[in-house]
Parts: sequence; structure tokens; C-alpha cells
Amino acid sequence: MKKVILVRYGEILLKGLNRPSFERKLIENIRRSIKPLGSVKISKSQARIYVEPQVEDYDFDEAIDLLTKVFGIVSVSPVWKIETDYEVIKEKSVIMLKDLLNRKDYKTFKVEAKRGDKSFPMNSPQICKELGGHILETFPELSVDVKKPEFIIYVEVREFTYIYSEIIPAVCGMPIGTNGKAALLLSGGIDSPVAGWMIAKRGVEIEAVHFYSYPYTSERAKEKVIDLAKILAKYCNKINLHIVPFTDVQLEINEKCPQDDLTIIMRRVMMTITERIAEKVGALALVTGESVGQVASQTIHSLYVTNSVVKMPVFRPLIGMDKNEVIEIARKIGTFETSILPYEDCCTVFVAKHPNTRPKIEKILLSEQEANLEELIDKALENTEVIVIENK
Amino acid sequence: MKKDIYLDNSATTKPYDKVIESISYINKNVYGNPSSLHAKGLEAEKYIKEARSSISKSLAVDSKEIYFTSGGTEANNLAITGFLEANPRNGKKIITTKIEHPSVLEVYKHLIKKGYIVDFIDVDDKGIINLESLKKAINDDTALISIIYINNEIGTIQPITDIVKIKNSINREAVIHMDAVQAYGKIKIAPRKLGVDLMSISSHKIHGPKGVGALYIRKDLKVNSVLIGGGQEFNMRSGTENVSGISGFGLAADMTCNKLEENCLRCVKIKEYFKNRLKEEFHEDALIVSPKDSSPYILNVSFSNIRSEVLLHYLEIERIFVSTGSACSSKKNTHSHVLQALGMMPERIDGAIRFSFSVFNSIEEIDVVINTLKEILPKINIKRGGKR
Repeated sequence: MKKVILVRYGEILLKGLNRPSFERKLIENIRRSIKPLGSVKISKSQARIYVEPQVEDYDFDEAIDLLTKVFGIVSVSPVWKIETDYEVIKEKSVIMLKDLLNRKDYKTFKVEAKRGDKSFPMNSPQICKELGGHILETFPELSVDVKKPEFIIYVEVREFTYIYSEIIPAVCGMPIGTNGKAALLLSGGIDSPVAGWMIAKRGVEIEAVHFYSYPYTSERAKEKVIDLAKILAKYCNKINLHIVPFTDVQLEINEKCPQDDLTIIMRRVMMTITERIAEKVGALALVTGESVGQVASQTIHSLYVTNSVVKMPVFRPLIGMDKNEVIEIARKIGTFETSILPYEDCCTVFVAKHPNTRPKIEKILLSEQEANLEELIDKALENTEVIVIENK
Repeated sequence: MKKDIYLDNSATTKPYDKVIESISYINKNVYGNPSSLHAKGLEAEKYIKEARSSISKSLAVDSKEIYFTSGGTEANNLAITGFLEANPRNGKKIITTKIEHPSVLEVYKHLIKKGYIVDFIDVDDKGIINLESLKKAINDDTALISIIYINNEIGTIQPITDIVKIKNSINREAVIHMDAVQAYGKIKIAPRKLGVDLMSISSHKIHGPKGVGALYIRKDLKVNSVLIGGGQEFNMRSGTENVSGISGFGLAADMTCNKLEENCLRCVKIKEYFKNRLKEEFHEDALIVSPKDSSPYILNVSFSNIRSEVLLHYLEIERIFVSTGSACSSKKNTHSHVLQALGMMPERIDGAIRFSFSVFNSIEEIDVVINTLKEILPKINIKRGGKR
């Protein structure tokens, strides 16, 4: 009798001829995610992946926690892999149940059996009936409820038999690395990490770009962004974080351009720089945490003006979401607590008192020309520091 | 690399080398638990005894009146909650100022929820408590009066003798608690003579280690312990004593208090020189916030048209370390409650920088700071350029 982890995946099953490459990537990501916990054997059979630990005292709880964060996985179950023999099934089910009932106060159950190995002498209804009866005898406090049981004992009879009762939902999505690369504008706020996570969930590798205004902001603001990238890396395996020194650009805009257009011009420069970085690293899209109407730079007029400075598609997964919906995801993925730390990513010096909420592209282009930005953008790119953040 | 110019001595000070050596010696050799019955325990206990005697001598009090804590915050918490808990019949009214340290202010905000009535007395534009308001506030129901002796942000020294006099003329029973964290080792203090009943002090503000402080409790004053356990510190503060820390505190107290006047004079010179140079170079663009006759160790200056946090970061690039009266935040009011209580305009608070000195500073360092300020200030002026 051996404990293994059963991994189910969903969407990639729908892929046609490409399916094997998606599966390979998923297995690779699974292997990397649980590597620190010790050596495992990973096998694939009938659209499922089995993870068999090769070490004593394997930390299953931790492994399951890590696996539920791997994009592409729909759910996982801790499973007992046993000999295909009814006596063994009976005996092991009782052992598994004792363990389960120690932790959970369940009263009703049912058995669900699947017979993949048709040479097995009992058919599925027979297994359910016999095993259910045996369990009722052994645990008199339990009763059967076929419609709404508190838990289900699953028995899958194949070459080996797998029994389990817990199905832990995972994050879904597509395996990282199966959908190319995008560059994320990552601030220290609540939205951008969530936006990055949502795009990464679709299998996209993330290159994060942060605009750093030291000494107008503190070094702690940078530390905060690194911490956020580390949280994202738990899902994405690896994130390259590009720290762009942005102070000189901001000072130039602040000095030369009209106050009310500050933010919008700054956003345009950020998009320009991010696109240049994207080109360099082979990313094909930009990602922002913008939500329409949230702040002055995110009105539909402003989005139009900032968008028109780049050629690449800009993904805004939060575009139709309310703040509380974003916060809910931020809490779920674990970025919220870090995002709300007080270190600002932009000094108030560079925030206009009355920012223009209805900028016109013609006017912004003129305002922008007041500043000498080309050279400063090149310099910022040249001095960009890249921090490789790996999930450890 | 440039030499550090550390002007944030009100936040914490650099420990004396001798203190560091002594701490490391004790941790290596005198690691016994003072409560142990064997020789190793006794040896450790002796170090604590010695430190207690150093501290009590420096304050001209009995060594039995000194209780070691984990620092100024714990001393303030113990003084307030410990006293009120031990004397529930002394009244429900408490008086304090608007410019206390958070370790006093927040305790009182908490006590309001528990039914105490707390008067936060106003201060004038120099940070001095309004004695008339104080007089009006004290009555028979007043149990406790908490006063910060030297304010940590601007250095105002409160007229504690007058405060005690006023209190005694109305309610002799009311107890005076003084937060002397910024005063101890900086100016001469004799709590008994001043008529102060409880007084908090801290080690790391006088070149001692962090994590140690002490509370003076006047003999015969009843105070309940807050930490309950093995009964250390005469049942006042349970928990195995921080032997090396306490001993380091004692040593730092000896070294500081023996040279108190000399050190003080040095800082007076530095502060006066700094003030004069600021006036010379920046005129009204450098408004001196710290009042005349404030602590020689603290100089608060508000620079026009800058954000203090930006200046702080520019200074740190030059290895000059200071504090600000506000953070560069767009989201919330981060303005210092002390500067607000002085009635300063928000723009003035935005530009407020605290320079705080120690015996390790020199006039030459101030010259470097002035030259650096001359370079940075025009660069970060928010009125620079920009079509508005």
C-alpha cells in the first residue's frame, strides 16, 4: 500500500495534436514545483498524472499545497495505491477511513466505484454495495446517503486500485510556458500583481517591469516589489524583474510638461519602455492592472491615449472588475498583505493635483514634445537592472 | 566609500565600543541564568546588580527603585497600566499632552475604551504644555499625569518643576509619570527632587544596546506587574534577565553620565553652529522648528518647497542619515502628530527634517551636511520648472 498524489487536468485535454506537448510542460512544471520536497516518480495514464514519492516521510500536505498552485491542474487527491484484490480494497479502505474520520467529523458517505479492469470479478455496483456494507459494519456511526453524502469513497480498479476520498480543487488554467511571454507593468499596488497572475494563469511567462523613482521613493518600495514578484514566482516558477530607473524621466516631465498632463505622459513613457523591454526579451504583449475608470489615468480617454503609444497588444485582465473583486483575488493568491504595505511606488511630488481625466491625443503629443524624452528613455533602458526571481 | 554621517541619534545611537566588547564578553563567559542557585547564576546576578547601581546613582535614587524592562516602550506601558491597575481607587482621570510618544499615546487611547477619561493637553507653537489648561484639567479624580520630558521630534523640554508644583497645589495624590527616554543621559535628571513618581528611560538612546530600558518607581508607590511569570525584577517584570543588555546599559549609563556636561556642551556647539549655517545659507527657506532652549541634541528644521522624504533619500545617497516629520504618501495623512500639535502648516510639515546629534558628531560633519544641502535643495524644489 502506497500513498500517491493524483493530479487531474482539464482544459488541455481539449487540445488536439498539441496535447502531448502541453502535458509534457505540465509534468515539467509539476516536477519543478515539488522538487524541494524530495524525489518523486511522475507517471501519466489515461489523462491523469500520478506523483509517487520515492522518499520516506514525504510531506504530502506541503506537496498538495504546492500542486494546487500549478497552473493547468484542476484538482488533486491524496490517493492510496493498492493491489487490485477485493480483500485488500476492503482492508485498506478501513485504514484510510480511520485516518479521515480522525480529522473530519463526517456522518454520511457513499462509495463510487469505477472498474477500468474488466477482468476484475465484481462490477462497479457490486463493489459499491459490498464495500459500503463492510464500512457500515466497521463504522456503526456512519450512514449511507447516496444523494448528498458528506464524503465519497472513490474506488478505481485498474492494473492497480486507487482509493481516495478527498478532491482538492486547484488553480486551473494552462501550464506556464505553453503560451509565450508577456511584459507586466508591476507597481507596488494591489492591481498589477493580480493582473500578472491572471495572465500567467493562461500559461504565459511573465517578465515584470517596475519603474523605480529612487530617491523620490524609498528603497523599501523596491523591496516590496521584489517581495510581490516572489509571490508571483510561486505560481510562475521564474520571473525576471526589470527595475527601470525612472527618476530622471519623471523630473524631466515634471519640469517641462503641463502639470495636468504629468500622469498621462508618464504612463505613456512607461508603456514605451515596457514595450522596448518586451521586444528585447521576446515578449509579444503588455499586461497592466488597469480597470476602466478606477483613477484619472484609467478613464477610457486616458486608456486610449496611453494605449496609442505602443504597437503590441495590451492585456488588461482587470478592465471590467471592481476594486473589491480584485482584492478578493489578491487575498486568494497571497499578494494583498504585501501590496498594502505603506511604501509608495510614486512620490506625491509627481502626482498632479487635478489630473486631466479627458486627455486628447493631439494635445498630449504636443505637451510631450516639450520634454526631451528619447535620450532619457534610452538611458533608463541602459541602466535597467534585471533581478531573476526563482521559486525556491 | 564615504564615511557615514549619522544624525539620527534620537532614533537610536551607535553603541560605544566598550559596551559592545563588554556585551560580547558577557555572552561568551557570563551566560548563567541569574535565578540559578549555582556560582554561574550568582556571577550573572552580580552584573545586574552593578548595572542597577550605576543607573540608580546617575538618577540619585535608591537602587531598589530601578526596574529593568525591554526598553522605553515597555517602561511606559508598565508605568501607566501597572500603576492604574494597582490603584483603582485613585480616580478615573488621566492627563497627558498631545505630543507624547506613541508608547504613551496609544496606551491612553486604549484606556479610554476601558472607561478612563483622558485629557490631552494642548501645547503652544514651541511645544510647551499650556499650564493654564493643565491647571483646569487637574481635579480630585486625577490619578495620573504623563509628561514627555524632552519631545523626541523637536526637542522641547517641558517645565516639569512648574507642572509638579501646579499638580501639588490641586491634588497631592495624583502621580506624575515622566517619559525621559530622550532626556536621560542628555540633561541632568533627579526624579526624586523633581517630584516625579514614575520615570521611563532607555539604553539604546545613550549608546547602549537595544532591547533594554528601565522604569524608576518611587519607593512605596504601588505598581502591578504586566508580565507575569518567574517573578524576576522583584516581581515587577518576569522573564529571564537580559544580562548582557542590562550590563551594557549600566556601562553606557556610566560612560554617558560621567561626561554629561562635556557631551552636552559639544552638542550645544554643534547645534548652534548648524543653526547659524542654515540661516546663513538658506535664510527663511530653512525654518528652525525646534524652540530656543530645546534639547541640544535635537534640531528640527523645515525646508521650504521640498518633501522631506525625498531629501532624506538624497541625503542617504551621500551617507547622511536623518529623520522626517512625514512620509511621501499620497494615500494617508502621515504627518507627525507632534508637528500638527504645534499648529504647523501642512506644507511646513512636509518639509520637516530632524537632525539629532550625539557625542560622535563633529562641526566638520555639519559643514559636509550644509554643502550637501546646498547641492540637493535646489534640485528637489517642487516649485522648480513645471507649467502650473
